[in-house]
Amino acid sequence: MADEALFLLLHNEMVSGVYKSAEQGEVENGRCITKLENMGFRVGQGLIERFTKDTARFKDELDIMKFICKDFWTTVFKKQIDNLRTNHQGIYVLQDNKFRLLTQMSAGKQYLEHASKYLAFTCGLIRGGLSNLGIKSIVTAEVSSMPASKVLPSLFPSSLIPEIEATQTGLIL
Amino acid sequence: MAVCIAVIAKENYPLYIRSIPTENELKFHYMVHTSLDVVDEKISALGKALVDQRELYLGLLYPTEDHKVYGYVTNSKVKFVMVVDSSNTALRDNEIRSMFRKLHNSYTDVMCNPFYNPGDRIHSRAFDSTVTSMMTQVC
Repeated sequence: MADEALFLLLHNEMVSGVYKSAEQGEVENGRCITKLENMGFRVGQGLIERFTKDTARFKDELDIMKFICKDFWTTVFKKQIDNLRTNHQGIYVLQDNKFRLLTQMSAGKQYLEHASKYLAFTCGLIRGGLSNLGIKSIVTAEVSSMPASKVLPSLFPSSLIPEIEATQTGLIL
Repeated sequence: MAVCIAVIAKENYPLYIRSIPTENELKFHYMVHTSLDVVDEKISALGKALVDQRELYLGLLYPTEDHKVYGYVTNSKVKFVMVVDSSNTALRDNEIRSMFRKLHNSYTDVMCNPFYNPGDRIHSRAFDSTVTSMMTQVC
């Protein structure tokens, strides 16, 4: 239990640290989310290497996404993803109704605009994990009501890249 | 004991390669290079025919006159290749497998080191000593 609290505290501190350094002009203001995302990316790469050490080889993309929803999510956030949907063309929607990093905040609309800060690291985490497993992806997140969050990784199997790139700009955080 | 151990990145360039000091080290580099085709073949075959056989350890890739080449591919598509002396018959499949596991554990530690940049050559002393122990270990 203790490690969970530590992760939450560290994450909160990380977000506020990055934003504080932006106020002091060390980081360009709009780049905070990118910076958090990049931190997540590197952590995700390391974590996935460790978590997949003892698992069998993955069959396909869906197999990988299931792994992310179950094992990966349970290890990081102590619960599974509540809902996984896909259009079988490389877009996946992961829904978490009680997202651990947002549960500390009040459930109203009050802090809704700040929610994206607290999702950037997680988006990076998934993107890093997937990239280490050989899948290029773009991960975005949205929050409609407070502790619930949706993460939308769109995966680009190498054959699909040209088609999807047109819509890419609309998807980026 | 292994005579050459190599770690190959996802994009098929070497991250780490070490062999016993010998006058024709190039021969080992060449053997590892050749083995990559066999590894590729094995992985793509796994996807279709042998669905249940999804272990990370690939087994013997190919034997040559004086050496045997073994392979292992992680889930992140990083390949480990080990060249073993053919005369060393005491080395069983299980031992090779456990050696690869040890190598994988050590590689994971390298990956999780925040000062290591994924995709760079491995210069870790801990990894070096794991490899050394596998190359000198008497089986």
